[in-house]
Amino acid sequence: MPTLVSHPDEVKVISRRFGQGAANIDKYIELDGYKAVQQAIAEGPEWIINTMKASGLRGRGGAGFPTGLKWSFVPKQSEKPKYVLVNGDESEPGTCKDHVIFREDPHAVIEGTMIAGLAIGSKLGFIYLRGEYRYLLKIVEKAVADAYARGFLGKNIFGTGVDFDIITQSGAGAYEVGEESALMESLEGKRGVPRIKPPFPAVVGLYGGPTVINNAETIANAPHILLMGGEAYAKLGTERNGGTRLFGISGHVERPGVYELPMGYSLRKAIYEVAGGIKDGKKLKAVVPGGASCPVLTADEIDVGLDFDQMAKAGTMLGSGGIVVLDDTVSIVEFALRTIAFYQHESCGWCIPCREGTDWIKKTLTRVYQGGGNKKDVDNVQYLAENMMGRTFCPLGDAAAMPTLGFVKKFRKEFEDYIEGHKAGTPIITVQQLVGAGH
Amino acid sequence: MSEVANTIFSPELAARFDHLVTIYPMRRSALVPMLLYAQDEVGYVSDAVVTEIAQRIGLLELDVRNVLSYYSMLRTKPAGKYNVQVCTNISCMLRGGYEILDHCKAKLGIGHKEVTKDGVFSLEEVECIGACCWAPAMQVNYDFHDNLTTIKVDEIIETYRAGQGKDVK
Repeated sequence: MPTLVSHPDEVKVISRRFGQGAANIDKYIELDGYKAVQQAIAEGPEWIINTMKASGLRGRGGAGFPTGLKWSFVPKQSEKPKYVLVNGDESEPGTCKDHVIFREDPHAVIEGTMIAGLAIGSKLGFIYLRGEYRYLLKIVEKAVADAYARGFLGKNIFGTGVDFDIITQSGAGAYEVGEESALMESLEGKRGVPRIKPPFPAVVGLYGGPTVINNAETIANAPHILLMGGEAYAKLGTERNGGTRLFGISGHVERPGVYELPMGYSLRKAIYEVAGGIKDGKKLKAVVPGGASCPVLTADEIDVGLDFDQMAKAGTMLGSGGIVVLDDTVSIVEFALRTIAFYQHESCGWCIPCREGTDWIKKTLTRVYQGGGNKKDVDNVQYLAENMMGRTFCPLGDAAAMPTLGFVKKFRKEFEDYIEGHKAGTPIITVQQLVGAGH
Repeated sequence: MSEVANTIFSPELAARFDHLVTIYPMRRSALVPMLLYAQDEVGYVSDAVVTEIAQRIGLLELDVRNVLSYYSMLRTKPAGKYNVQVCTNISCMLRGGYEILDHCKAKLGIGHKEVTKDGVFSLEEVECIGACCWAPAMQVNYDFHDNLTTIKVDEIIETYRAGQGKDVK
């Protein structure tokens, strides 16, 4: 675990070392490891940031913010120490790409953290993994210890006079902590609730110092980009969406797995060719294209390119790249309920629209699912979700509202038929675990 | 030597904690991992654990409890020796996560967050564990088990019952 898969259409940049035992430092070095960081030290911060800007790399955590630009926002002069924080709190349902990176290529994350540190003038980086990833934390901890033993981390790294340290950190189970300001709170030993913005972390972040926070996949891309050159990386993708990306394809496909595809790759091909099509020859019903928070696409909406802009144009999001495929046996009512049950469970409760909204949507959908709904319920759910949008400190409120709106707008008839069907005396499906975890 | 007398942790864990509070720019940053590691050793975050961790970091017990109550992996009651966590979130649900959970309930004779009478197993239905592409999946303590079938679950549980599974530590 995890089982590695591959397909001829893959373009392997970040996954280049997967399956080759690169968690071992010698193997990593043999496969060009720690070359990029030495080059970064020689060339300096401006070169790093310019290369990252040229690469067109956009944040892989979900928001898609240009990485080079993010790094350039950190003030050059700062009274407080600057920090790099790697977000490995991967908890978005449908997403398991960082899992593979930490297991197969932990040194790439370490090297990327060092590069980000050099770019912004930081001497301390944190790699924060979700608590459930304990076995991966051990792999990363071992990799960090090996890097220290070689003199790649600590004082005077590579004999260049530069100092850089990395601390590995464990979470303890909270989806909310994947949000950057909540992540900082958690790392400071507090409840992981979001901070108000501005100020943004680039200016006031961890311990009040300027901080760059990047998703683990974003960070792990940095060494590859420096080695191959920003322009070469950019060319792999589409305009404004540089490079490749790890896509986790799960659900009802024949060959689920994490695949590295160029940005802009066809979603249809990703499902039907790369992942082998719909499981057991069934028909496609819907796709959640980028993790649970992304609005659903119907079977006839999958002719779209997998990049941030094309997905936005299609009314959804690329998100964290977790493509969840549903065949035509899935009840959207049940699927929507399971999705909102997750957000209700994971809402940190800080903002009322999210705390109350997720709860009311879950209650309403539960009643519908149990057979006690009426048509007004669909409107109510839509109303609740619409009123959560943009009204919370962090994007969790939106993340819960967006898929909900997608389900009720695109599958309204199914909700209504479901409600009517039960009124007409159709037997109610028995589900023991009605409303998800945590009760 | 720590300024706090160690009363409940093993010497190894106490030494780890002594080191942990020194590495961060702020001591308090050690809190979440300390609670987790203490739980792994003691079995849960007991009152004594709260007291000692509060002292080690220099926090009020209330501060510790405030954090403790937030994170879903931290528990204030003992779990079984082997804590079985079955994921039923969307990717697992689509590939039979609920069937796996039902099977575990029947097999172990316990429900969500319950412990078997002999204290060997506890069961939890959990949110996404990041194994979506290898669904359905579960974790026993921190060991991932993926591509599950009910037959595979039986084998896994029997392995643990026979004392051959990996412990938390």
